[in-house]
Amino acid sequence: MVQTNYLFILALIFAAAAFALAPLVVVFLVAPRKRSAAKYDTYECGVKTYGETWVRFRIQYYIYGLMFVLFDVETVFLYPWAVSYGGLGAFALIEMAVFLAILFAGLAYAWAKGVLRWV
Amino acid sequence: MNAATVGALPVVLGQSSLVVADRWTLIRWALWLLIGFFGVFPGIVAYMVWAERKVAARFQDRIGPNRVGPLGLLQPIADAIKLLTKESIVPRSADQFVHLLAPVLILISAFLVLAVIPFGVGLAPVNLPSGMIYLVAVSSLSPLGIFLAGWSSRNKYSLLGAMRSVAQLVSYEIPQVLSTIPVVLWAGSLSLVTIFERQLEEGWFILSPPGLLAFLLLLISSLAEVNRAPFDLPEAESEIIAGYHTEYSGMRFGLFFLAEYMSVFGVSCLGTVLFLGGGSIFPFAPFSEFPMSIHGTRPFSYVLVNAIMLSVFLAKVLGFIFVMFWVRATLPRMRVDRLMNFAWKYMVPLSIVNVMLAAVWYELVLRPGLPFVQGTPLPDGLVNWSIGWLVTGPLTLFVVWFVVWFNRRVRSSAEEVPTVTHGPRVPAAAGAR
Repeated sequence: MVQTNYLFILALIFAAAAFALAPLVVVFLVAPRKRSAAKYDTYECGVKTYGETWVRFRIQYYIYGLMFVLFDVETVFLYPWAVSYGGLGAFALIEMAVFLAILFAGLAYAWAKGVLRWV
Repeated sequence: MNAATVGALPVVLGQSSLVVADRWTLIRWALWLLIGFFGVFPGIVAYMVWAERKVAARFQDRIGPNRVGPLGLLQPIADAIKLLTKESIVPRSADQFVHLLAPVLILISAFLVLAVIPFGVGLAPVNLPSGMIYLVAVSSLSPLGIFLAGWSSRNKYSLLGAMRSVAQLVSYEIPQVLSTIPVVLWAGSLSLVTIFERQLEEGWFILSPPGLLAFLLLLISSLAEVNRAPFDLPEAESEIIAGYHTEYSGMRFGLFFLAEYMSVFGVSCLGTVLFLGGGSIFPFAPFSEFPMSIHGTRPFSYVLVNAIMLSVFLAKVLGFIFVMFWVRATLPRMRVDRLMNFAWKYMVPLSIVNVMLAAVWYELVLRPGLPFVQGTPLPDGLVNWSIGWLVTGPLTLFVVWFVVWFNRRVRSSAEEVPTVTHGPRVPAAAGAR
């Protein structure tokens, strides 16, 4: 029973995709099509787009990405702890306090190094 | 509409002996897909757009849509017809396939969030034992869709919007996820149905200092997660046209619009289930069971209970959504450096400490016993409850004050002048530590 629940999720993925594509099919059937070269240009303030579009971005975005991975993995550790906390007793609280303190130290280090500063 | 064929998909799989799901489960799923996901939810979303226009108009001393039908009630239908008859324009240089894939992906993400919400007793599409982790997984699909949209358009504004959006979404996902951990801790389960049932027994989870803080954190980070004001920088029209959906028009834009409102509805449902006790009317323990306590053995009582629960649930969700409209009508858009600072320097530390506070609340109140445990009064419960409030209440206030104070102090000592430089290619800031 537990595994079959995920079958609904699978069906829902296909259903959602169908729900998104169905109006596009209607558009394909009923919407007007009047081709003109300018219509399919890239939109940019009325002038032709200049230079390469896929430009390089600051390293800052990448660092935020790294921070996200770090903390998201942490929450994966926190969920099982939270679920079984009731049966573990007060010692689990201390253990998690230590874990969170280490993590907090990481955040504080990143903060002090200026990683969190949006320049 | 190929809805019928998709609804029949589980049946086909069920007969092929790959999986065993009984006939009633399949019928229930088909009903959920056809009535819920293809009917009621898009309907609610369509009228949310109408409600938002009406509410925003009232905030600005206007009337809002009032031409199409009485009170403008047919406006969503008129909008849908308009979108359907617009020409579909995809820029020549865009990546055609990814351009199409992106809105579909975002809509899938918005749909999947609703699959585990218990709208009433026995009224959850599915009851996944790992519901919360599932939610984290599917809600991180939407940044992917947004990035694909911005990248595939081959438009600088789109790419800028997409980069901003991804940075914002991943930053606010951390406090959003961390603020759900207190609830998981108190309920002892990742399943949203169990979380809902625990609140029927013990009262709403918002009614404790850590619960209140977690609720506020969830509310704020949900606003950021669904790209709504004051966190709507990815689509800041004064700077980057429409952000990641600049090159989307007609129905393809409509899909983004639908997905955004669908996820607003989704996070409102989530907030209601996690903190506001789902469909229960009274917040405190012996009464919070109310619609459930008149649940008898006859089918009629089941229908009655769920009718009450569904309407209460919907009222709470609408309240949640109204707060979002209200915030949008009140607050201006944030600046990008403040946006990121707010996530990492205020909300992440607060939500981490709040996990510990939630554990303290559990030790002080939930483990010794609430005033009412499953309907039977516990003499010491009120004492436990008062001690819990007296300890965690000032502690929570102190933590909030400390985080704000610390940030103020750090900022003034560093004399940090935000050098917001626009444009992608920026040399490393001189004097960065």
